[in-house]
Amino acid sequence: MKNKIRELRTARNMTQEDLAEIIGVSRQTINAIEKKKFDPSLPTAFKLSKLFKLPIDQIFFFEE
Amino acid sequence: MKLERNKRVKKLAIWTWTWVATVAIATFGPEFIWDHHPFLTPFAIIVNFANGILMILANRNLFNHFDELEKKIHLESLGITLGLAVIFGMSYSLLDTTNLIQQDAQISILVMFIGLTYLTSVFINSRRYR
Repeated sequence: MKNKIRELRTARNMTQEDLAEIIGVSRQTINAIEKKKFDPSLPTAFKLSKLFKLPIDQIFFFEE
Repeated sequence: MKLERNKRVKKLAIWTWTWVATVAIATFGPEFIWDHHPFLTPFAIIVNFANGILMILANRNLFNHFDELEKKIHLESLGITLGLAVIFGMSYSLLDTTNLIQQDAQISILVMFIGLTYLTSVFINSRRYR
């Protein structure tokens, strides 16, 4: 699944460590999500949506 | 989050080391410490068993603190380890029953195999998500 996490994070001058701390996951998880190696759970997706003040479908893009 | 994680890792490390120590005491105690005392030997085994249960609880406690990716990595590793342990255990047992190996099959070999397989799987899986 594609996502805009890296763009949204860097636009807010946040490090992966900062974002991980706010969302309550490890830095490795944020890195894996950004690199599209891992799709986050629904609760994590909602936390990211709330943090970036964007609907989930504007952060994550499903691709077949 | 990191502080809580360190606390749980420390707890698991303590229970693991005490479990290893109680295994050693229950193994060598009867011969070298209490000269096959009829009460102390079963007592040492019970203490070791109880310590093992506490080690499992500490491990579960740490696992519950993992985030979703860490849980995925460890669950995949546990699955691989379980599968390989069954296959290796059966093959090893067959080698013993068919007398293809000189010595009797030892449970400690299987325990070491499980430990090493789990460590290797966690290492490989962690690298996959880097």
